[in-house]
Amino acid sequence: MEPVIELDGLEVCFDGRPILKKLKATLTGRSIGLLGPNGAGKSTLLSTLLGFYPPSAGTARVFGRDVRTHAREVRGLIGYMPENDAFIAGMSGVRFVRLMAELAGLPREQALERAHEAFFYVGLGEVRYRTLGTYSLGMKQSAKLAQAIAHGPKLLFLDEPTNGLDPPARSRMIQLIQEIRDRGDLRLILSSHLLRDVEECCDEVLILKDGNIAAFCNLEEERRANRRFLEIETRGENNGDFLAALERQGCETAPGAQGRIKLIMPDGLEVRQIYQIAAAQNVQVRRLNHKRDSLEDIFLKAMEAGDGRL
Amino acid sequence: MAVYKKVYRPYEGRLTGPLARLLVIPRYAFEDLHRSKFLNTFFIATLIYPLICALIIYVQHNASALQLLNVQNARGLISINVTFFLSLLGWQSVMALFMAAFVGPGQVSPDLANNGLSLYLARPFSRVEYVLGKMSILVVLMSLMTWIPGLLLFLLQGYLEGWSWMTDNARIASGIFFGSWVWILLLSLLALALSAWVKWKPAAGALMFVLFFVTSAFGATINAVERTHWGNLASISYLVGSIWVQLFEGANKTTNGAVFFRSPIGEEVPLWYCWAGLTAIVLACLYMLARKIRGAEVVR
Repeated sequence: MEPVIELDGLEVCFDGRPILKKLKATLTGRSIGLLGPNGAGKSTLLSTLLGFYPPSAGTARVFGRDVRTHAREVRGLIGYMPENDAFIAGMSGVRFVRLMAELAGLPREQALERAHEAFFYVGLGEVRYRTLGTYSLGMKQSAKLAQAIAHGPKLLFLDEPTNGLDPPARSRMIQLIQEIRDRGDLRLILSSHLLRDVEECCDEVLILKDGNIAAFCNLEEERRANRRFLEIETRGENNGDFLAALERQGCETAPGAQGRIKLIMPDGLEVRQIYQIAAAQNVQVRRLNHKRDSLEDIFLKAMEAGDGRL
Repeated sequence: MAVYKKVYRPYEGRLTGPLARLLVIPRYAFEDLHRSKFLNTFFIATLIYPLICALIIYVQHNASALQLLNVQNARGLISINVTFFLSLLGWQSVMALFMAAFVGPGQVSPDLANNGLSLYLARPFSRVEYVLGKMSILVVLMSLMTWIPGLLLFLLQGYLEGWSWMTDNARIASGIFFGSWVWILLLSLLALALSAWVKWKPAAGALMFVLFFVTSAFGATINAVERTHWGNLASISYLVGSIWVQLFEGANKTTNGAVFFRSPIGEEVPLWYCWAGLTAIVLACLYMLARKIRGAEVVR
């Protein structure tokens, strides 16, 4: 797959203080998550890719174009939804999105048409003629998404898109992002400190800590690999026989306290067969979880690493 | 596609060029300004003085009108000369100051207050283009108030007086044009810089007047206390007035400027000091804009 972002020793300093430290990575995913605690450098990285901050050293490329030498071209490919409230005062929603689309290079008529479409798409069709200042926080977030997609970018930067949203608004926003991702017309980069948002929307994750890359993983692969790990809670007298039966089927097992068993299933063995084996041994399976090395585990491991590197 | 079909679709149509994008900002701004009754009325009112001037020029060259008014030797009453055009430029420039004070503060500060800059600059649109776009609003408005009516009146006078008058007084036309541009650029940059730094619009507008009138008073005070002429360098109106007189008349000075833009004879400071003073103000404004017009604030 064509690399979306290539970071090659990228360093960004403010007043000589390094904020991003020699970042080196190639991001190719359809939907890339930028994770990290507050102050890790996520927004700085997005701002650098947009050309707001000049790199002090190294380079960054977006779809193969250097952000330093081809800043205008790069920005033409990007739709940006900033973290904070960002709008033009005194404008109606649709006029605001139209203005943004025109600034991105769309002719007037197309900009107007797409502004309306974008507003309906994000679910604000009924309020598109209202002044932006009267919008609720959730509506403002959606309006920001509308202006980011109205001009049909190839890459979407979403900086904390669910910030301050209530649960229904958050699920709607996540659903929109998933829809956009699944259409496959554009790639997206989602910066967040909320693991759940990234886990639900992204297939690749770059974890930043103190300006360093703390971890970089492909969530799809992680999910596929994790499917073979199980954690079972059992009740019954014949736990030992059950374990032996599982091992005969090729499982690696690790018994724990109170009937808990961790196991790795071999290829070809299905969960259904585990239940059958348990029934044969007169053992009740009370709980069965796919023991996932979840994004949370990956994130915590990355954060525990002392120097911010895994 | 109909808007009720709620799907995302990529855009594959044609894109406009950089110049068309640059004009987007003034187009939207003029739509907004056009909705303000006060600004519309004020703008129309600023054209009254040029209309009166046009009437004077017309009447002066119309024998039947003079007879009707029973005015003999009208040419002796009001001469259409350097002073006439300098006065026009002076009044119109004061009006331009008011217009800049009303319109200028609303240009950058709302974008800064609402974090709108990151949205502008995340597009194929540079900081310079943003400033030029915002500046063009003021430039167009002030041009319509200063050099455009000035040159139209010059052409009217030339048409009525004859080709030889035009060639003899060509310096007046260049003075109107370049003198206006000096003032327009200075005011536009000052208005934008103040708008970028003072978020409260009325305060930014008031500061425009403060800079114009208080610096004049300050310069006069220095002159009086120190018994010198160098205090004039602190006065924006003096700097502009000196340059205007130079542009209109060259070395053969017969006037001392007009309205608030005067450089009294005998109190001159070398002209290049005036240019240097204005250049310093322009550079300070550009620096102020460069500090504030950014896609993202640097958190230090």
